[in-house]
Amino acid sequence: MLLSLLILIPLFSVLVLNLPPLLRRAKVSFYCALCFTLAQIALVFFCVFNPQSIVVNPFGSLLELDLSADSISFVVLLSIGITGFITLLVAKYFICEQQNEHNFVSVLFLALAGLNGIVLTSDIFTLYVFLEIAAAASFVLIVINRKKNALEAAFKYIVLSILATTMMLSSIALFLFIAGNTHFASIRAAFNYSSHDFLLILASGLFICGAFIKAGVVPFHGWLPEAYSESPAPVTVFLAGIVTKTLGIYTLIRIVNSVFGFLPAINNLLLFAGAVTITLGALGALAQNDFKRILAYSSISQIGYIVLALGSGTALGLSAALFHFFNHSIFKALLFVNSAATEAQTKTRNVEAMGGLQAKMPATAFTSVIASLSAAGVPPLAGFWSKLMIVIALVASGHPLYALVAVLASVLTLAYLLSLQRRVFFGTLNADCAQVVEARAGLVFAAVLLALITVGAGVFFPFVLNTFILPIEKIFAG
Amino acid sequence: MIVNSILLIALLCVALWAVMTRSLLRSAIALAIVSAVLTMLMFRLHSPLAAVFELSVCAGLIPVVFVSAITLTQPLSTKEVLQHMRERLTRFWYLPFIIVSSGIIFTFIHLSSKMPLPGAEVDKDVRILLWNIRPLDLIGQILILLIGAFGILIIFKEKKENE
Repeated sequence: MLLSLLILIPLFSVLVLNLPPLLRRAKVSFYCALCFTLAQIALVFFCVFNPQSIVVNPFGSLLELDLSADSISFVVLLSIGITGFITLLVAKYFICEQQNEHNFVSVLFLALAGLNGIVLTSDIFTLYVFLEIAAAASFVLIVINRKKNALEAAFKYIVLSILATTMMLSSIALFLFIAGNTHFASIRAAFNYSSHDFLLILASGLFICGAFIKAGVVPFHGWLPEAYSESPAPVTVFLAGIVTKTLGIYTLIRIVNSVFGFLPAINNLLLFAGAVTITLGALGALAQNDFKRILAYSSISQIGYIVLALGSGTALGLSAALFHFFNHSIFKALLFVNSAATEAQTKTRNVEAMGGLQAKMPATAFTSVIASLSAAGVPPLAGFWSKLMIVIALVASGHPLYALVAVLASVLTLAYLLSLQRRVFFGTLNADCAQVVEARAGLVFAAVLLALITVGAGVFFPFVLNTFILPIEKIFAG
Repeated sequence: MIVNSILLIALLCVALWAVMTRSLLRSAIALAIVSAVLTMLMFRLHSPLAAVFELSVCAGLIPVVFVSAITLTQPLSTKEVLQHMRERLTRFWYLPFIIVSSGIIFTFIHLSSKMPLPGAEVDKDVRILLWNIRPLDLIGQILILLIGAFGILIIFKEKKENE
């Protein structure tokens, strides 16, 4: 199939949608983007079931794009497609002005091209170029409604992103210096034959630190709660659902698996950073009263699980990391859709000012509980299976202590998410919320869709395991 | 040699403009021009891959990020700009001396690397390099320029409305 179209279609769509006949037609842009995200989801399923039909580069010698796709790519491309689709559904209600909606869709298209480029490239410099595209598009999306706090959050995001970029670029320069070019395979080979051990360690360390900043791993997480909480609702769904994960976590997974290899020093760093991130993220979430900030800290904690799984340095750990990546995309997007719905209806994000909303917003409450239980790893939801895989991978690789941290932090996750549910949706109805009604149909549809995916991926786990997860183990680089 | 010297002088002039201009936006543009001139120099000095990377990063990506960041800041008044420039000259008076003396010192040091490094085997024609070897970077450049354009459109719209 034509995987390069996942980069080229968004680019040409933006160009065509901004030509005079279609200019400012927000509806046309919106439906084009919606169709593109659905086509991306369909394309991933087609590729997974028909691997022999994958044609990465359909243009032959006319335009030779150095792209490649494997089982890891498919999981991430699927997450991008689903989160993009949900973001557009949410944007319909939160980006009101016509011209703004058109601009939003255009920048979202560019961000999707950037994210797809990150996933499909096999060159570390091109990876950097697409990282910048996705990051720059994210800055613009954060300030789309031009609110003062959002401008401040975007500025912080830019500053930290530039720091990450500098580290990654320095690392790439060192790799170019040692390996002679920037292709994954060449750098991988340099790890085997090169005598420049110090430079390789320095370059790897710089790149991993850059990826940690982009992912919001502790201690580089400072920008994340603010960026998530001050962005407009659809942008938060997009950032939390896929952007930070692709920019930071996917990059980390890809580089460790395809370039650095699972070296003991790298595994230990990932294990330690993962355990600290899980714990501090969960503790941070316990101390918040703002709905979005609780979810932002929860995101930090869940990112820790993915890093921890990767640190186990096994094929099962790699698969678990990818499966939790997908699950986290879905249940965190769902929780942010619900937070957007409650904020729109109650006009507040302070959970103390809510309470008893279950009677007024039953669908939002129900889907929110499903997402929380999946995040906490309660069976049979999808989050349970990915966390179980993480714990098994840690124990099997000889890290029972880290497995214990993962289990205990899961209890902590259950505590803060159930506390959040109780304060927002259950108990006695807050007097200020007496006039509240259920969220608009589109938001409920988005929430129900994500809840169905969470339940479906858990209940039909054998299918998910055979179709998406086991093929990942085959490409484990060791 | 003459072309290289002209490019070097042009590089210095634009770099000086980048440092001395009062407008941050012009500084960012000057930096992009510095990178473009440096790219030409790198091509002429037979480092095409480094030149393409310089073109992609410093003439393409970084200025867009700079311009985006600058649009998010509150511009200084003329009085504040003058004050800032005076302070800058007082604070960093030693920088030109460090740069000039470093140049002189490095001229006399034999900078030979003892490390065996693989050379980048790429075609020297810029068209082949950009279109046949690194077309994805070229697409990336177009994408980032579009994002920059939308960023400025969105953020400057607010400034216009405020005015």
